[in-house]
Amino acid sequence: MTLTPTPLALLLCTSLALTAAAGQQSFDFKDPKGVNNAAFRLDAPLEAISGTANGVSGTITYDPENPASLHGKIVIAAASLHVPNPMMKEHLHGEQWMDSKKHPEITFESTKVSNVKTAGNETTADVTGKFTLRGVTKEITVPVKLTYLKDKLGARSNGQMQGDLLVVRSKFTIKRSDYGINPGAPADNVADEIELTLSLAGAALKS
Amino acid sequence: MKRFLNASAILIAAGSLTLRLATGAHRGWTKTSVAVEKTDEVTGLTYTEYEKRFVAGVEILAAGLAVASALGVASCFFGRRPAKPANATIH
Repeated sequence: MTLTPTPLALLLCTSLALTAAAGQQSFDFKDPKGVNNAAFRLDAPLEAISGTANGVSGTITYDPENPASLHGKIVIAAASLHVPNPMMKEHLHGEQWMDSKKHPEITFESTKVSNVKTAGNETTADVTGKFTLRGVTKEITVPVKLTYLKDKLGARSNGQMQGDLLVVRSKFTIKRSDYGINPGAPADNVADEIELTLSLAGAALKS
Repeated sequence: MKRFLNASAILIAAGSLTLRLATGAHRGWTKTSVAVEKTDEVTGLTYTEYEKRFVAGVEILAAGLAVASALGVASCFFGRRPAKPANATIH
């Protein structure tokens, strides 16, 4: 017996697929307000090295009815990394540390979402993905807290745009030795562990 | 010369100490911008804005005190009265 698709079956399949995708929204994380940021901190003698980067872009596709279907990519411009000490900043962007000219982007691209728990408009999950820093890509899993703010884009844009917001928060640690960040600096001078805190909000416009 | 060196040493030491105290007696390195934490009302996200402000760090105080000490030590070599010869007689 051979199965031949009838127009009715095709229509049914198409409508089912559309229904499944209807809740999915694409959130743009380019932020003209400069709120989106990634903060970093390394322990060091006298004073911890801490700073932020606000050159955030990327998109995440998210369905509030099915948070496990989340996927997307966040990009941080390495040139936007800032520390308050000018000499430290010069070193940070230099060849030994971030080599920002050669590796202008820091990226995280999700591949899997697990351990999803939702309560109200908040979801926590572990997101696994490819994290690229200084040209080195590694698969890491990070804890993420998502807050879906329906129809809140208007409040954030003084009514100029309408749509929903997706707030993403994550705090995790990486090792600078894993990414070839100044391997010559001994860990007793500058810690090997870099604490990263992401605070991001993406917008999905409604037409 | 001795007086000039001593006065310079005191001025530099006092200057570096005053600069550090006047800019907040920061215990870390020198900063040319200061982080100000803010909160986005709609999303509740905290973010950092940087204000351009000079904050003297410990290295400025250390450098000031080092230069002052060097000037102080150098002043010891100037203005020394030559030792009187042992067989000198007073008339």
